[in-house]
Formats: sequence, C-alpha cells, structure tokens
Amino acid sequence: MLNYIWLFLMLVSILVGAVNGRLGEVTKAAVDSASTAVEISLGLIGIMALWLGIMKIAEKGGIIRVLARLIRPIGKFLFPRIPEDHPAIGLMLMNLVANWLGLGNAATPLGLKAMESLQSLNKKKDTATNAMVVFLALNTASICIIPMTIIAVRTELGSKNPFEIISTTFLASLCATIAAVTAAKLLQRLPSFKKTDPDLEEERKDEDGRQ
Amino acid sequence: MVDSLSYALGDTISAAAGAIQSHESLFVVLMKSFSNLAIPLLLFVVPLIGFVKKVKVYEVFIDGAKEGFNIAVRIIPYLVAILVAIGMFRASGAMDVFVRIFSPITRLIGMPAEVLPVAIMRPLSGSGSLGIITDLLKTHGPDSFIGRLASTMFGSTETTFYVLAVYFGSVGIKRTRHAVAAGLTGDLVGLLMAVLICRIVFG
Repeated sequence: MLNYIWLFLMLVSILVGAVNGRLGEVTKAAVDSASTAVEISLGLIGIMALWLGIMKIAEKGGIIRVLARLIRPIGKFLFPRIPEDHPAIGLMLMNLVANWLGLGNAATPLGLKAMESLQSLNKKKDTATNAMVVFLALNTASICIIPMTIIAVRTELGSKNPFEIISTTFLASLCATIAAVTAAKLLQRLPSFKKTDPDLEEERKDEDGRQ
Repeated sequence: MVDSLSYALGDTISAAAGAIQSHESLFVVLMKSFSNLAIPLLLFVVPLIGFVKKVKVYEVFIDGAKEGFNIAVRIIPYLVAILVAIGMFRASGAMDVFVRIFSPITRLIGMPAEVLPVAIMRPLSGSGSLGIITDLLKTHGPDSFIGRLASTMFGSTETTFYVLAVYFGSVGIKRTRHAVAAGLTGDLVGLLMAVLICRIVFG
C-alpha cells in the first residue's frame, strides 16, 4: 500500500506542480526534504544512544520483564503471538506510556527498541508481523493526555483558556486508537494479508516439509 | 430512534468532557508534574535497580548506546523517501485540489471547510499541520469554534507516515502489509471524532 501512496504523492506533486507553474518549488522541496530527512535521522543519534543505554540496563536488571508481566492479559489480547512475559511487551508498554505523557524524545528510542525486540521474533525480516502492525496502530493514533505543543501555541496567541481542548483531544485520540487497533486486528484476517503473514508462512512451510 | 441515540451519545460525551474539564486545573497540574518527573525518575530508578541486581551498569549502558548510531543511519533511506514525497506534495499546491474535491463531503458532516487542510495534512506532516493550525488560530482566534476544532484535531492522531517510516525503517522492514490502512483508519476516525466531539462540547 505504501507503494501506491508513495507513487501517488510523487506523480500528483509533479503534475499539479506543472499545472500550477510551481515545478521550481517542487524541485526545491524534494532536495530540501532529502536533506531534512538526514538531519532528523542524525539528530536522533544522541538521544537514541542515551535511551538505548538506559534500556539495556533495564533489560539486564529484569525491569522490562516485570513490566511485561504486569500487563500480561492486555499483552495476550493485543499480541497473541508474542511469548508470555517477553521483553517486547515491556518495551512496548514503556514506549506507549512515554507517548501518552507527551515525552516524544524518549518515546521514539523506546519504540525502536521495542521494534528491534519484535523483529527478533520475526521469521521474515523484510515483512511486518501482525504484532508490529498492532504496535504501530497504537503509535500512529497515539492517545494524547496533554497536547503540550498546541497548548503552547494557544497560550502564545492569547487564548482565554488554552487548556479547554485537553478533554476533547483526549476523547478523539482515544477513539482514533481504538479504531486503528480494531482495523489492524480485522485487516489481518483478510486473505491477502494472511497470505503475507510471516508467522503463518512459517507454519505453511512446516506443513509442506512434513508432507 | 437515531436522534435519541445520538442525543444520548452526546449527553454521555458532554458529561465525560465536563467531568474532565471541572477537575482540569488539578488534572493538568498533576499530569504536567508527572511528565516533568518521568524522565529524571527513570534515569534514577533504572540504573539503581540495575546496580542492585548486580548489572555492570556502565558497561551495559555503553553496550546499549552503541546501537544508537546504527539505528539512526538505518532510518535515513526510509525517511528520505517519505519526506521527499510529502515535501513535494506540499510545494506543488496539490492541497488546494484536494480541498476542492473533499469539501462537498466534509460539508455534509458539519466540518468547516477551513479545517479541511488540517485533516489532509495531519497524517502526512507534523510541522506542516501545526503550521496550518497556527495560521487558523491567528485568523479566527484560538477560542473560536474553528480554533478549538483545529487544536483538537492536532492531538487527535499522530503523523502516521513519519511514524511508519521511522519504526519500520529502524528494523529494515519494507513490506508493511496492512499497517498503512490501520494507521489511516485511526487518523480518519480521530479527525471525524474531533469534529463530532467539538460540535457537542463547544457547539
């Protein structure tokens, strides 16, 4: 699907840019965005190193496993194929809590550590597992308890009550998260996505081997 | 029947929102202090527990931190691909075309045409959608209905394409299967619920 969306964005941009006489701007945006992407990635190095270091200590100290055990029932429901008390569950919990608290800087490294842990259980390294898709659904529609950025903008622009959007934001983001996870869970049952499921593929191979 | 159902739903949401709103100052103070304390707390507790459990904290920290560079570099191609496409889209003026196509539909559900660009930009770009929202807040005022709605829309969902590029990129996953569809479903529902909830709460 990313294939189609990416192609669509590229082609539409060039076509509409040509019609609007903005091809120059489009070209500049392409070059600038490429540099920005590298800057963002490299800018992550320090903060990533810090949190990956701390997380390694948490892992060796058994903290991640304790966290995973704490939410065992939820973990089982959301990620049925992840073994019980696996570190991936604890890491995902830490990432989500950091996200919900609005700690974006800490959330990303924790999330990537969780992805690494999920990938270690993946039998097909270039294909997303169902667990990964559910985890990303939780992240792309993240529950927002305090939208700090927007509150700051509202305060700066002289809002009488910059905080009044907290409850509406929380409810809307909660709905978004429930919808994204439900969609992930339902879509994974479609034949076309079952066919590419790395977990099932392994099982099919096993069956073939036995025959 | 449908009417009474939607009224009942509206009442429940207003009641829930009111309950949160009335304790808001206390709630905000608590959450803010918790957010501020979370990181120092982690940086204190994790090494301490590690030490108690006989982990060689310094050496293990270095071991873990080493990975930071590799992950950051691994993300680059994924992020270049997605940010270039989105940057070109924004520069081309294609947004206006989309607003024209979608505005008859959004008018039906009571979404003001002014916030439609926010809805289209939100899954694509965090800074892009924040820019549009800041403009709207300046033009219409942060306490107008449009201002409140646009503010709510920003937090109602995350920048789906950025998250997908970074998270999948970090482990080298190219076939994302139904992740985009699930993420966009979340975006769509979050944005529509923002309209509905704001209509009920702010009228």
